[in-house]
Amino acid sequence: MRYLTTRKRAEGLGSARSGTLHHIAMTTSGWALVAIVPLMVLVLARTIGGDFDTVRATFANPFVAILTALFLIVGMRHFAKGAQTAIEDYAHGATRAVLMMAVNAISTLTIAAGLYALIKLAL
Amino acid sequence: MADTKRADRPLSPFMIGPYYRPQMTSMSSILIRITGLGLVAGIVLTVAWIFAAAVSEDWFDCVNWIVTSWLGKLIYIGSAWAIWFHLLGGLRHFIYDSGRGMDIPTAEKLGWAMIVGSAVLTVITIVVASV
Repeated sequence: MRYLTTRKRAEGLGSARSGTLHHIAMTTSGWALVAIVPLMVLVLARTIGGDFDTVRATFANPFVAILTALFLIVGMRHFAKGAQTAIEDYAHGATRAVLMMAVNAISTLTIAAGLYALIKLAL
Repeated sequence: MADTKRADRPLSPFMIGPYYRPQMTSMSSILIRITGLGLVAGIVLTVAWIFAAAVSEDWFDCVNWIVTSWLGKLIYIGSAWAIWFHLLGGLRHFIYDSGRGMDIPTAEKLGWAMIVGSAVLTVITIVVASV
């Protein structure tokens, strides 16, 4: 038995039990992506369709490499947190847990594979 | 400990269906979620493409074949629209969060701005990609 009042259990947490942390994380990463996304779209629009050597040279460029790394890290974490809200809206219990793990796996794997490729191309 | 009992309260009906009239505000909001989730397809394909370029020319040829196919073009044009729509939707969130634009005429104009804006930005992206 825990001697907690109703107020103490609810204070600063809300129904999601994590307060405003999720909202703040989505807002701050959202602002970062406002700067990152247009540049990434520009690079991809100019690079997709290029041949093997052009693509390798483009992503070996330090500015493009860092931009792509930022896009993947900030973007995929933003995706995972956004997908979390969608999952919490429609899935419950074990389904929710499995979907959350799948989303985190996809986003982390995408970041890891992308960073590996960028480092390999840069070196 | 204060125990909260789960009351058997009625639930509000699902947003899509016969209960609510489709409106610019709700539809543009739903599209933000759909575009956000859908974007993972284009991003995973792009990472597979960069990964293949880093590994070997054989792998690159394989993934690049998908990227440059009609399906790849469809995914990338769709992703371009989705990412611009989602970005404009995020900007609308920032406007709403600041307490502005909540009245119905302004909210509906912001929805139209997202649709028209994302279409214009997608056309610009296609032009940039093809020149």
